[in-house]
Amino acid sequence: MSHERKLRLKTLVVVFAMMVCATTGDSLLKRGMSQIGPVTLNHAGLVQAFRLAMTSRTIWLAILFLIGFMLSNMTVLSWADYSYVMPASAIGYVAVTFVGMTVLGETVSPRRWMGVALICVGVFLVGQTKPSTNAIAQAMP
Amino acid sequence: MIRTAVTLAIFVLSGSAGELAVTHGMKKAGAPDHLRIKQVFSFLARAFRNGWFWVGVPLMALSFYLLMVLLSWEPISLVIPASALSYVVGTLGAKYILKEDVNGVRWAGVLLVCVGVAIVAAG
Repeated sequence: MSHERKLRLKTLVVVFAMMVCATTGDSLLKRGMSQIGPVTLNHAGLVQAFRLAMTSRTIWLAILFLIGFMLSNMTVLSWADYSYVMPASAIGYVAVTFVGMTVLGETVSPRRWMGVALICVGVFLVGQTKPSTNAIAQAMP
Repeated sequence: MIRTAVTLAIFVLSGSAGELAVTHGMKKAGAPDHLRIKQVFSFLARAFRNGWFWVGVPLMALSFYLLMVLLSWEPISLVIPASALSYVVGTLGAKYILKEDVNGVRWAGVLLVCVGVAIVAAG
């Protein structure tokens, strides 16, 4: 396998892991916070919400996935361009739309579908470029 | 109006600056040769010791705080689409600060993603 093909595959694997971690983490956080209920914006309300959040298994699981997102993002940025990874991460909006439609049975408006289509085409175009173009970064030890 | 515009500008700029600083730090830390647990952990240990990472984190925290402030002033359907500007600002930073080669195809992709995110987030 050529060096560029290897680099592209490695980048896609980690970006996919980022997407899975971010989508799962956000969905779990949403579920966990819904279980806690609306937070009252005063000292007692915030303390109560913090206590409930810290004892919620769902929220801890969400935090775990979001840490996974952060670590995979850091790892991929060690070799790939920021301008390559950042747009690719927008695919999360597409994933959330599909999860909402298939798992949660939400209806998706035609306008939202248009946005999703634009993101898909945009990510596809960015995916056609080289994942790493920064010669200085490649030469760094 | 001016208050919102200025806060939005600082929110976008601090978020992008933070991510560019973290990216620079990750490049300096040096990529792991292979995606094996031991090498990735060794990379992460180098990454957390890199100064640029710790420059980026407070900037991203400031950006997150300003997002909360903006959401308390304006409806979410205005704030989140406007924050899609980060894609363009981040790409400009990547091109001129990190010296990445952003060609026409990548620019076209970034602009489509930016518009797409704005539409999706507007609901």
